[in-house]
Amino acid sequence: MRIVCPHCGERGNEEFFYLGAADLQRPAAEAPTEAWHDYVYQRDNPAGPHRELWQHWQGCRRWLVVTRDTRTHAIYAVADAAGARA
Amino acid sequence: MSRLPSGGLIDRATRLAFSFDGKPFSGHPGDTLASALLAHDEKLFGRSFKYHRPRGVLSAGPEEPNALVALRSGARREPNIAATTIELFDGLEATSQNRYPSLRFDLLAVNSLLSPLFPAGFYYKTFMWPASFWEKVYEPIIRRAAGMGRASGEADPDAYARENLFCDVLVIGAGPAGLAAALAAGRRGARVVLCESDPLPGGRLLADPVEIEGQPAAYWLESVKTALHDCADVKLLTRTTVFGSYDHGTYAALERVADHKRQPSPHEPRQRYWRIVAKRAILAAGAIERLAVFGGNDRPGVMLSGAVRTYLNRFAVAPGQSAIVLTGGDDGWLTVAELRRHHIGVAAIIDRRSEISDAHTQLAARAGARVFAGAGVVGTQGAPVLSSVDVVDSAGERWRMPADLLAVSGGWTPSVHLASHLGAKPVWDESRAAFLAGKLPPGMVVVGAAAGNFATASCLAEGTRAGEAAAEDTGFSGPAAAVPVSDDATAENAKIWIIPGARQKAFVDLQHDVTDKDIALAHREGFVSVEHLKRYTTHGMATDQGKTGGVAGMAAMAALTGKSMAATGTTMFRPPFTPVAIGAFAGHHRGRDFRPYRLTPGHRWAQEQGAVWIETGPWLRAQWFPQAGETDWLQSVSREVVAVRSGVGVCDVSTLGKIEIVGPDAGALLDLLYTSTFSTLPVGRTRYGVMLREDGFVFDDGTTARLAPDRWVMTTTTANAPRVLQHMEFVHQVLRPDFHVAFVSVTDRWAQFAIAGPQSREVLAEVLDPGADISDRAFSFMACGTFDALGGVGARLFRISFSGERAYEIGVPAAHGDALLRRIMAAGTAQNIVPYGLEALGVMRIEKGHPAGGELNGQTTARDLGMAKLLSSKKDFVGRALAQRPALLDPQRPTLVGLRPLDRSARLRAGAHLLPPGAAARIENDEGFVSSVAFSPSLGHWIGLALLANGPARHGEQIRVYDPVRNSDLLAEVVAPCFIDPDGARLRG
Repeated sequence: MRIVCPHCGERGNEEFFYLGAADLQRPAAEAPTEAWHDYVYQRDNPAGPHRELWQHWQGCRRWLVVTRDTRTHAIYAVADAAGARA
Repeated sequence: MSRLPSGGLIDRATRLAFSFDGKPFSGHPGDTLASALLAHDEKLFGRSFKYHRPRGVLSAGPEEPNALVALRSGARREPNIAATTIELFDGLEATSQNRYPSLRFDLLAVNSLLSPLFPAGFYYKTFMWPASFWEKVYEPIIRRAAGMGRASGEADPDAYARENLFCDVLVIGAGPAGLAAALAAGRRGARVVLCESDPLPGGRLLADPVEIEGQPAAYWLESVKTALHDCADVKLLTRTTVFGSYDHGTYAALERVADHKRQPSPHEPRQRYWRIVAKRAILAAGAIERLAVFGGNDRPGVMLSGAVRTYLNRFAVAPGQSAIVLTGGDDGWLTVAELRRHHIGVAAIIDRRSEISDAHTQLAARAGARVFAGAGVVGTQGAPVLSSVDVVDSAGERWRMPADLLAVSGGWTPSVHLASHLGAKPVWDESRAAFLAGKLPPGMVVVGAAAGNFATASCLAEGTRAGEAAAEDTGFSGPAAAVPVSDDATAENAKIWIIPGARQKAFVDLQHDVTDKDIALAHREGFVSVEHLKRYTTHGMATDQGKTGGVAGMAAMAALTGKSMAATGTTMFRPPFTPVAIGAFAGHHRGRDFRPYRLTPGHRWAQEQGAVWIETGPWLRAQWFPQAGETDWLQSVSREVVAVRSGVGVCDVSTLGKIEIVGPDAGALLDLLYTSTFSTLPVGRTRYGVMLREDGFVFDDGTTARLAPDRWVMTTTTANAPRVLQHMEFVHQVLRPDFHVAFVSVTDRWAQFAIAGPQSREVLAEVLDPGADISDRAFSFMACGTFDALGGVGARLFRISFSGERAYEIGVPAAHGDALLRRIMAAGTAQNIVPYGLEALGVMRIEKGHPAGGELNGQTTARDLGMAKLLSSKKDFVGRALAQRPALLDPQRPTLVGLRPLDRSARLRAGAHLLPPGAAARIENDEGFVSSVAFSPSLGHWIGLALLANGPARHGEQIRVYDPVRNSDLLAEVVAPCFIDPDGARLRG
């Protein structure tokens, strides 16, 4: 698989580290446990386009939001995470 | 001898000597092992997998299911290689497989008599009783009987290379379609890579009497090779199989660099794994001929009809002297013509069709062959090789015809594997009687026989157009090229599938001995989907992956279920297309080169001292420094501990992660990362901190020093350094991009050494440049600062201690690390300074109860480790919320304690479990485990740290320490997890 890093260009996937869903919002400190439970453990598992966090860890070390189709690995968009999250 | 007097792409002037099963033979350059043995009338090549039936050569290519041999001897011995793919070289040694004592007289042929006991899936229903027999009797016997060849058991002595290759157009296959495509794209200036599995380009042009532009195809072939060579950027890789297609235009190919030689030349890799990234790909992989399923279709002497042509024309070998041709279409008649042209008798032609064309009738007459129309073959005889064939004619009458060669033309299956590796199933095309590629990988097109278009004219035209289009797409324009003229007759693709009326075994998968009855059994048992059929019968699961028998198996199931071929479908295609040596995937990442080593700046000095090394991830760390006369590691380690606690020692701690943090929001970031507050840390001070994961469990610990108002240096554990940095980057970039802060790993930038012991300050004073004030008043416990050492080199000093003694960690730029270490040793001569390693460091931290790897295992909380007071209630931090989950606050959780064995001479072992004395050793009674142990020279006995349910409330209790794996069962006293100087007086001086 190849990912186009917005800073470094097209690189092989071995340079990247995959984390998971990109649009999670870290709850406020005083939020109820259920909100924290959802944030840490609950995930959707869509068959189709998925916005997710990858780090270009053997390159610029920036966290990126990648929109990838989980069925085909087609990559629709890549953006730097700072400012790109929903 | 069956070598034809002339012709063939062999060098008749050169003889190559080789042996098979110890018997000497000779052949020529250009031969394969199969062709060379067939030239000597050797037709028996092996014994089949399950029934040990005699087997010969079926094909002339990598689709070969039968003639699997072991090549070479010693460490280079490799089993299960198709003799049809082995290029003959001088001195080649090959042996047949799966037979004892010999190929001709195989004792296990008795399996064939017992075959009713061994249908498909027999092992699901047998070997059940008695249960105890499985491990002792059945499994060992099955393991010995199963499998084909035998591996050498020795380390692979060859080197393998891995390379990346980028191109505009990847052309897979150098038959007529692929050559035309590569030429069309290459002429336009595109960067083209053309891969061909065979040592020679040409595909079927090397075997069939094809004319291009009115001349034998060999002329066109030569001109194309020259033209490709003249192109600006065309790379032809022969002996190179593209074995997998992956996402985003990535392909994997294996180049057999030296397999055609006795052994690789010095410094030459045996094979090269190419990772190819192509903007466009043209799949011109051709097609593989299919075997028909009829009684006795596995007898040596039964061959694919296209392969017969290959042996006749490419290798100048007659695979038999008296042939019968079984055909489902026109292609088999081409073989009749070729046999006749080479003066080989054709006794009969059995055509499944009832209508025979006039041209074919005349050809048969010229050949003197009897024609059976609307007929089939139902049996074969001959032991061990073919001597006669049973024919059933259209009236149902049986005829036994003598023959030593049965050429079978069952149609061609386009090689769509690479188009299907991304998961798109091929689609049945009734008009072409073949599965054609389904949804194509982006950027790929399929041409020629691989697309079901077998006529040479189609191959050349499609290839040319596809090459031009691919060049156009990648930015290379040009005029449309003319397509050379050739035969454009399109004949129907034959399909025979199963011929009914067999009284002998009729094989669907030759390599795994799967018969048509096994398919029927699978159907009866309910395994009707092709994926179930495959696993239940093992049809298509051998090294040939069903290349010649796959579609027939699906057709058999389709007939049984009454479904169409389209509805039955194929199984999933997965790489690799043909077997790939594991060494090729590893490349040079083996042994010492598996991954890079990281050496500390103190490495060379430690090596000179004879340090014993241990790997921590990629780092090499000194475990201990044995001195003359020491015979046991415990002796050396205890000496080092005593020396540090009574005098002074030096330890290389460069491997611990160091992260430098700058910016006005550095303090705020640290407050979010650590459980305790760091933003209030004064300049010139250091603080110990613990980081949690967001789920509330301990992630890492370390110390962070504030060198300036907005400059901090964090340390992490060695193993977690990369993860902590990544975590910080996540917190900054994703959670708090508003923080005005920057940080970077400086682990390799600074060499760092711990000088520890009651006399450490005296040594340090000698190491630092004159004028440094490191009195306890100026530089108290947990202070940090910058000083000069080595005559003006800027050093960082941290008064922190892992050992529990007065200690200082001094860091200098890595280039000065070696010099600093030697300076420290020289400065400490008067105090008898000793170097100490990881083990002594470990003993001392266990004596002090500091958590490390055994306790920071990802399953412990700060509270479990006795650090609940470090959890600030005044601020948010990562992990705060979920660390307060009721289950994580339960006092019954295993919590940190110390252990002393009641019998002071007994040894404690980490991993032992803790049970109440007198309770049965069962999981219900388990109360925790021992996490770290050490022999304490300070106390004179073994000590341990453990995680014990409700630990802190149980000091003074006795607990059973149970280790059945290492036969240890003893009692210990539960104590506070700090065995030396609990008030910390030694730290403060």
